[in-house]
Amino acid sequence: MIEIINLCKSFGNQKVLDNVNLTINTGETTVIIGRSGCGKSVLLKHIIGLMKPDSGQIFIDGKDITKLYGKALNETRMKFGMLFQNSALFDSLPVWANVAFSMLEHTTRTRPAIMHRVRECLGFVGLEGVEDLKPAALSGGMRKRVGLARCIAFKPEIILYDEPTTGLDPIMADSINTLIRGLHDKLKITSVAVTHDMTSAYKMADKVAMLYGGKIIAVGTPEEVKNTKNPIVKQFIYGEAEGPITRNT
Amino acid sequence: MLKIKKWLVALGNGAIEFLRYIGSLTVFLSEIAFWLFHPPLRVKQVIRQAEKIGVSSLPIVTLISLFTGMVLALQSAYQMQKIQAEMYIASLVALSMIRELGPVLTALIVAGRCGAAITAEIGAMKVTEQIDALETLATNPINYLVVPKFWALLFSLTVLTVYSAFVGILGGYIVGVYKLHIPHHMYMKMTFEPLTQSDMRNGLYKSVVFAIVICVISSFEGMRTQGGAEGVGKATTSSVVRSFVLIIACDCLLTAFMYFFGR
Ligand SMILES: Nc1ncnc2c1ncn2[C@@H]1O[C@H](COP(=O)(O)OP(=O)(O)O)[C@@H](O)[C@H]1O
Ligand SMILES: [Mg+2]
Repeated sequence: MIEIINLCKSFGNQKVLDNVNLTINTGETTVIIGRSGCGKSVLLKHIIGLMKPDSGQIFIDGKDITKLYGKALNETRMKFGMLFQNSALFDSLPVWANVAFSMLEHTTRTRPAIMHRVRECLGFVGLEGVEDLKPAALSGGMRKRVGLARCIAFKPEIILYDEPTTGLDPIMADSINTLIRGLHDKLKITSVAVTHDMTSAYKMADKVAMLYGGKIIAVGTPEEVKNTKNPIVKQFIYGEAEGPITRNT
Repeated sequence: MLKIKKWLVALGNGAIEFLRYIGSLTVFLSEIAFWLFHPPLRVKQVIRQAEKIGVSSLPIVTLISLFTGMVLALQSAYQMQKIQAEMYIASLVALSMIRELGPVLTALIVAGRCGAAITAEIGAMKVTEQIDALETLATNPINYLVVPKFWALLFSLTVLTVYSAFVGILGGYIVGVYKLHIPHHMYMKMTFEPLTQSDMRNGLYKSVVFAIVICVISSFEGMRTQGGAEGVGKATTSSVVRSFVLIIACDCLLTAFMYFFGR
């Protein structure tokens, strides 16, 4: 379980997160929606300890990751996988070494065992015969898939997705959504995704939370969110130019 | 009055900025020192990096050292010929190449060629979130990226420095023996006789310090890159400029230190 309690973060004078409170249950997929630049990536980076908050706590299975450093932090991070917005594959390494990265770094498994796992993970995301290519030779959708394979290679308990479908064509986006849904159903992985793509949010989510003005202003099942009375949430999910969000700014 | 005030404020801010930079640089250096002997020691990566640095810098180090040695011999010939002391040209070339020009020229070349490449590589990884990705995979970026480069730089820079001094002396020899007609045995004798162990040691100490400077500046500038491709360009430029300045400054300090204490 992930519990975010009163999380605050500012960059200079800009208050990006302002008392965020959110609980993410084990085995659930929670999708955090919000406008571009509202702090979704910043929130995810706090959950995995890439950024330290100004105040507040984040408990990962009871351990406060904001207070962890060095070895203890790395041990907690081994539970995580993270898919970055632009995949963030290591472009000096071939695809297989990207996928095998954690195993090469943190285990003494033999080469054939590693390659077996690499093929298994690539097969899971629907890729074959790309092991020896460099990431630069792949299309955006394929990079996302390799990134996903790298996430699951070390059998994480929690996966964080940063805008998994942004920048992909609708068909590729849907196949990524299906993959993520499949991961959740088959491996019972706890997932946190951030996105501004409502189609993808409805498809993946058990629970939707909306981040607005540095706060979580609504949490609910996709059904509940669709029938919301909150005018801000309504404007966002129906994508209207006129409404309270645009009036305030 | 207002102008003076503004000027003072700008000066103060500049000074604070400078101190902050030195401070973060020191922290970064101590982090590298912490990870230096931490397993895993990525021997394969060190060798690959050292190869890259050595091979890419070798031609230009050869060229510049050779010409520097020749120019040193020719320029000093003006004065030396006046007092009939041509044979001292050999000692002058050897001492300047070993104590001063070999280490400094090699360091400047490596900073321009490889330091810039290191900053660009790490900077591009930073702006494409690859550094963050390393951390999420429970791998320390300094241990994974910087430490192998540190060993590689240390090794290649000392080897290149020795090589550069040798080539410089060779350049002086070519001019001295074939153009100024100093006899071969005389030139050799005057090259090696005045050399002491401390001369060679001092040259090597310098190149060790320069290797540390290049590694720390170039990876530090890479790690704090911000703002996409433009940011990588800026970081690379400032990495080269700052390495150059710091190399020259360290050279001055070291030379003074060795002059007063090292004899
Ligand atoms: N490292 C940083 N330094 C300064 N400002 C940052 C940093 N990271 C993010 N921000 C700011 O925080 C805000 C939220 O960014 P982000 O979380 O990336 O938005 P998004 O919701 O689109 O993912 C942006 O206005 C951005 O400028
Ligand atoms: Mg983002």
